Amino acid sequence: MANYVFIESRDPFESRDTDFVAESAGGLRRLGNDVVVFLVQNGVLAARKNARSNYLSQLAEADVILLADNFSLSERGIEASVLHGAVKESSVEALVDLLVAEGTKAIWH
Amino acid sequence: MAEKTLTIALMDPPYESANSTTAFRLIAAALQKGINVNVFAYEGAVCLPIKDQAQHANPVKGTTLEEEDHPNTKAFVSSVLELGKDNPLLTWVNCGLCVDERGATSVVDGVKRGSPADFLKMANESTNTLVIPTK
Repeated sequence: MANYVFIESRDPFESRDTDFVAESAGGLRRLGNDVVVFLVQNGVLAARKNARSNYLSQLAEADVILLADNFSLSERGIEASVLHGAVKESSVEALVDLLVAEGTKAIWH
Repeated sequence: MAEKTLTIALMDPPYESANSTTAFRLIAAALQKGINVNVFAYEGAVCLPIKDQAQHANPVKGTTLEEEDHPNTKAFVSSVLELGKDNPLLTWVNCGLCVDERGATSVVDGVKRGSPADFLKMANESTNTLVIPTK
């Protein structure tokens, strides 16, 4: 089994492309891999708890770790108190640690 | 701790996408952690370090060049090259064919010219590789 890091930069309300991450990350997790989805740039717009998109809930139920870049959140005025319960605030420093961990495969979307 | 190296491929041209900002943040964060970084700039990304980039005033807001003081991407490239000048080391390679197509030959100090073969070598010798494509 491997570690996968998906870096999601796209806004789910702008494009259906984010289905790619939802399906791939969920599928890889169901196969027993460790999977992290790191939201960055407009990708963090999905992280608001009142956002009308449930793809993060589906990933959380599949035990995918969900992280959101603090800089991107701050740029968009999204505070920790309004984050989806399964999403943890994170940083590019933490992302670097994930990227250089042994056996990690990284996919930018 | 064993030495680690992260290779990042960039494709976005300057001032087009937040991808470039995130890439610079990642490069700086990795270097500050003592991780070597290779950057392979491909297609429009070879324009990130163009030396002739110039700041400008903002006539709409009535601000001067000094008041505006907005950063150019060449300054970001120079900054990360300064961070990674020795140990850890940042190696920045511009794709030569992409450079020639765009006439992007005049670049800041420290930027090298190479080819996709260099990217393959970098990737093979790195702890991990991240490709940041255009949308």
